[in-house]
Amino acid sequence: MIKGNSWALKLSAGFGFVFLYAPIIALILYSFNESKLVTVWGGWSLKWYGELFRNEQIMNAAWISLKIALISATLAAVLGTLAGFVLSRMRKFRGKTILSGWVTAPLVMPEVITGLSLLLLFVAMESMFGWPAGRGTTTIVIAHTTFCLAYVAVVVQSRLASLDETLEEAAMDLGAKPVSLFFLITLPLISPAILSGWLLSFTLSLDDLVIASFVSGPGNSTLPMVIFSKVRLGVTPEINALATLMILAVSVAVVAAIVIMRRQNRFQGP
Amino acid sequence: MMATSAPSDSTRLSLMQRFRALGLGRWLVIMMPMLWLAAFFFIPFLVVFKISLAEAMISVPPYSPLIEWDPNNAYATLKVTFGNYLFLFESRFYLDAYLSSLRIAGISTFFALLIGFPIAYLIARSGPTARTVLLSLVILPFWTSFLLRVYAWMALLKKNGLVNDVMMSIGLIDQPLQILQTDFAVYLGIVYTYLPFMILPLYTTLEKMDLSLIEAAQDLGAKPWRAFCLVTLPLAKPGIIAGCMLVFIPAVGEYVIPALLGGSDTLMIGRVLWDEFFLNRDWPLASAVAIVMLIVLVGPIMFMRNGNKEAL
Repeated sequence: MIKGNSWALKLSAGFGFVFLYAPIIALILYSFNESKLVTVWGGWSLKWYGELFRNEQIMNAAWISLKIALISATLAAVLGTLAGFVLSRMRKFRGKTILSGWVTAPLVMPEVITGLSLLLLFVAMESMFGWPAGRGTTTIVIAHTTFCLAYVAVVVQSRLASLDETLEEAAMDLGAKPVSLFFLITLPLISPAILSGWLLSFTLSLDDLVIASFVSGPGNSTLPMVIFSKVRLGVTPEINALATLMILAVSVAVVAAIVIMRRQNRFQGP
Repeated sequence: MMATSAPSDSTRLSLMQRFRALGLGRWLVIMMPMLWLAAFFFIPFLVVFKISLAEAMISVPPYSPLIEWDPNNAYATLKVTFGNYLFLFESRFYLDAYLSSLRIAGISTFFALLIGFPIAYLIARSGPTARTVLLSLVILPFWTSFLLRVYAWMALLKKNGLVNDVMMSIGLIDQPLQILQTDFAVYLGIVYTYLPFMILPLYTTLEKMDLSLIEAAQDLGAKPWRAFCLVTLPLAKPGIIAGCMLVFIPAVGEYVIPALLGGSDTLMIGRVLWDEFFLNRDWPLASAVAIVMLIVLVGPIMFMRNGNKEAL
C-alpha cells in the first residue's frame, strides 16, 4: 500500500491554495474599509457599497454588460451544443478536422488577436455590405458568442464522449426519429453540460475587457471597460465593493452548479 | 460488463449510419456552427492579413485600399506593401518585445507547473469528498473575474500595500520595496491568474493514473522520489503538455496583466499591439504584429492539439 499523502505534498499544496485565495480575501476585507486610502484600515463600513450603487457610470455599464452576457451566452449555448454534438456524434465528414480546429483554437488565442481581427472584419463588412452599421452592443455580442461557443462545444463534447450510447441506441431501435431522439434523449442527458457551458459563457462575457475594447463603439462601455479605466489610475474602494459582490455571486453559482451536477451524476451513474 | 461493451461497437456504427439518413437536417446542423466560425473566427484572420499589407493613412478606415479602382479607365491596381513586416524585423523594439513576451510567458508557465503540480497531485489522491471540495476550491477562482483577480494584486503589491507591510513588520525589510510595476509583478500575475488552467488538465491525467504502477516501482526498491521521476512524471506528460500550452499560449499575448501590474519598461507584444492600435492608430502595423504573433504561436497550438487530444 502507498502511504497517505506526505507532509511535503500537503505543505506545498497548502501553499498553493493560500496563494490562490489570499488576494481574493484581502480584496473582500478592503471593501469594508471605511478609509478612502484602501490599504490603510479605518474601521468597518458599508459606505463604499452605497457609493457603488450611486455611481451611475458603473451601474449603466453593468446593465449593458448583463444584457450582452445574457444574449451571447444563450447564442453560444445553442451554437456550441451543435458544434459539440457534430464533433462527437457525426461520422467523419469533410471539414470535421477544420471544425475541431476552429473550436479549440479560440480557447487559447490571445485576446488582442481575436479582438483586432473581429474589429477589422466588422469595419470591412460595414464598408462592403453596410452592416453592422457602426459598432456597439451587436458587435460585442457577435464577438463574445464566437469565443464562448468554443467553451460550450468543449464541455458538451466531453460530456457526450463520457455518455453511454446505449440509451440513444435503444430509442432508435424503438423507432425514434433522429430529431425526436435528440430532443427527447440526448438533450436531457447533456443538459447539465449545456447549463454549465451557458454559465461559463455568461461569466466569460461579463469579464471580457480586451475583445470588447476593440469591437465596442462610443457610449457602449461595458463593465470591465469602466473598471479598467478606473483601476488603471490606482486602487479604488468602490471597485473593491463591486468585486466583492461579483465574487459572492460567482461563489453561490459555482457551489449551486456543483451540487446540481453531483445530484445528476447520482441519478445517472458515473 | 465486458459482454455488453462488445456489441456496442457495431451499434455505434449503425447509430452513425442512421444519422446519415437525415440528409438535409444533418447538413444544417453541421453548417450552423461551421458558418458562424468561418465568418467570425477564420475570415477575420484573412482580413487582418490583408490589412497588414496596406499602408497607414489618415482616413476612415485608416489604411490604404488594397485594390485601387480607376473608374475612368476601368483599370484596377493591386497595391501591396511588405513595409510593415520589414519595419517589424528591422526595428530592435519589436524583436525585443516578441522575445521578452516569450521569456515572460515561458518562465511563468514553469512556475505555474511547479505550484500547480502538487495541488493537482493532492486532489487526485484524495478521497471522494475531499476531492470535490478541493476541486471546487480550484475552480472557484477560475470563474471569478480575471480582471478583478489581477486588480486584487495591485492593492497587495503597492508601496504601502499588505505585502510590504507584512515584510516590514516582521523585520524582513527596512523600507517598502517597489514590487508593483516591475517584471516580477507580471510573473506573479500570470502565474496567479492562469494557475487553474494548469491544475485542471494535470488533475485529469493524474486522476486516471494507475496507482499500482507506483506501488510496483516502490516494491522493486525505487525510492519515492525516483518512482515519481520514472513513473508519475512520464504518465502525467499529456496533462503537463496541455496545462503548459493552456498557460503559455494566451500568456504570450497578454495585455491586462502587463498593463496593470507591469512597469512602463515591461515589454510584451500584446501591449505593443494594443498601443499601436489605440494610441498610434496604425492599423496596418498592428495587423502585421498580430500576424507575426500568430505565426509564432501556430507551432505551440498544433503541438497542443496533436499531443494530447485526451487531456483536453
